[in-house]
Amino acid sequence: MDINDLRSIVTVVSLLTFLGIVWWAYGVKGNKKRFEEAAMLPFSDEEADRLELGLDRNGQRKAS
Amino acid sequence: MSETQSTYNYKVVRQFAVMTVVWGIVGMLVGVIIAAQLVWPELNVGWLHFGRLRPLHTNAVIFAFGGSALFATSYYVVQRTCHTRIFSDGLAAFTFWGWQLVIVLAALTLPLGFTQGKEYAELEWPIDILITLVWVAYAVVFFGTIAKRKVTHIYVANWFYGGFILAVALLHLVNSAAIPVSLTKSYSAYAGVQDAMVQWWYGHNAVGFFLTAGFLGMMYYFVPKQAERPVYSYRLSVVHFWALIFTYMWAGPHHLHYTALPDWTQSVGMLFSLILLAPSWGGMINGVMTLSGAWHKLRDDPILKFLITSLSFYGMSTFEGPMMAIKTVNALSHYTDWTVGHVHSGALGWVAMVSIGSIYYLLPRLFGKSEMFSVKLITVHFWVATIGVVLYIASMWIAGVMQGLMWRAVNLDGTLTYSFVESVKASYPFWAIRFLGGVLFLCGMLIMAYNMVKTIAGGRTVDDARVLLPAAHHA
Repeated sequence: MDINDLRSIVTVVSLLTFLGIVWWAYGVKGNKKRFEEAAMLPFSDEEADRLELGLDRNGQRKAS
Repeated sequence: MSETQSTYNYKVVRQFAVMTVVWGIVGMLVGVIIAAQLVWPELNVGWLHFGRLRPLHTNAVIFAFGGSALFATSYYVVQRTCHTRIFSDGLAAFTFWGWQLVIVLAALTLPLGFTQGKEYAELEWPIDILITLVWVAYAVVFFGTIAKRKVTHIYVANWFYGGFILAVALLHLVNSAAIPVSLTKSYSAYAGVQDAMVQWWYGHNAVGFFLTAGFLGMMYYFVPKQAERPVYSYRLSVVHFWALIFTYMWAGPHHLHYTALPDWTQSVGMLFSLILLAPSWGGMINGVMTLSGAWHKLRDDPILKFLITSLSFYGMSTFEGPMMAIKTVNALSHYTDWTVGHVHSGALGWVAMVSIGSIYYLLPRLFGKSEMFSVKLITVHFWVATIGVVLYIASMWIAGVMQGLMWRAVNLDGTLTYSFVESVKASYPFWAIRFLGGVLFLCGMLIMAYNMVKTIAGGRTVDDARVLLPAAHHA
């Protein structure tokens, strides 16, 4: 087999892999929930946000 | 409240965040100096002439300013979204001091003329080895933190940071391969056109992974946080990530149009550059649309102004880039100031602005304050910086197109209409406007430094925030 055949195969496999990823992201119903969970990750630690900004539970600045 | 005993490591984030501002000022000051040297050639004195200072400028803004911003934000984001302390405090501290040493060595060796002569990879081989060690430590710290995460998912920002770390390791190792002949001199392991292709495979992916993927990681964390709503489409962010990974690696040949590089390679590079428009704009739209339904926040939140404006510049420069990669457009634009304008539309408008916005978000949090010392000064910084970028890129567009047209103009008998020096003479007024734009952008950074010092004063720096288990676990 010529090395150029290998190169062509790699290119085609890459394209198919990418199309597979697009299908995985948009086509697989079961993934909707896990993506919604993942999207909320930056907001799962608002307690820490309040702590680092020196705010109390109501978002008011603590008297220091 | 469920709570573990450990705290987040904010020390290393704090160090890198402060150095982002410091190196930003240094790198941009050198940029302003070399812009002045083009307007007033008598400023080229001794070792500090344009040829020596230009690589110092690019290294300082890309690797010192941009690099510090990437280290600071990636260490913060990976800890917060993985709900765990950083993997190794010692290695993280090593990345900080090691990276600062690399920067200082660059600032010493480049003006002295020690260089490998490869754009954005000028540093000589001993420094390259140090970079490799720091980078391996960075990868261990980052992926180690992901490995010990307390949540199931790996947030998309971490995918972008991770992709950036792996790709930069690969690029650095391949392009810096060289044969040393002395401590300060080495020769590339490649020859001729292969060397050129390896260099621009590296060069364009330095843009794609160092200056894009890492900063998109910032976008995917700080835009949702500052807008207080999740990213517009998480599914789009997944496709965005993989589309960038699959296409960026192939775009490098567009730096070598009409050279000794085989024609088909140039065409492949042009084609992949055009395809890149799709993922770039997909990501840009994803970031901007995160604000949908909350546009009013843009009116009085200067941090969001920085973040969203950076995305507009990202959209502009990733439209301009593919256009300039078209061979016939490139025939006009290449080697002119248009390229310089394009790069700065991306570097100042996108990379610097998204970093500045993210650092403004971080600074009060890292020093136990509820907000920056002066929110008004952030707004002033925003407008000064925006006017600076617009002056810079508009003057370079005009100068670049003018230079391209003058160089290709021919008389009826086939001789060149203009000598090269005539195009230099015609460029002076635009170089002066570019200098002014650069000065404005630098002034913005000085305003930021003042605001930062005032915010830090009396701030809390020892008490690291406690690691809290994800909200869902105790809801």
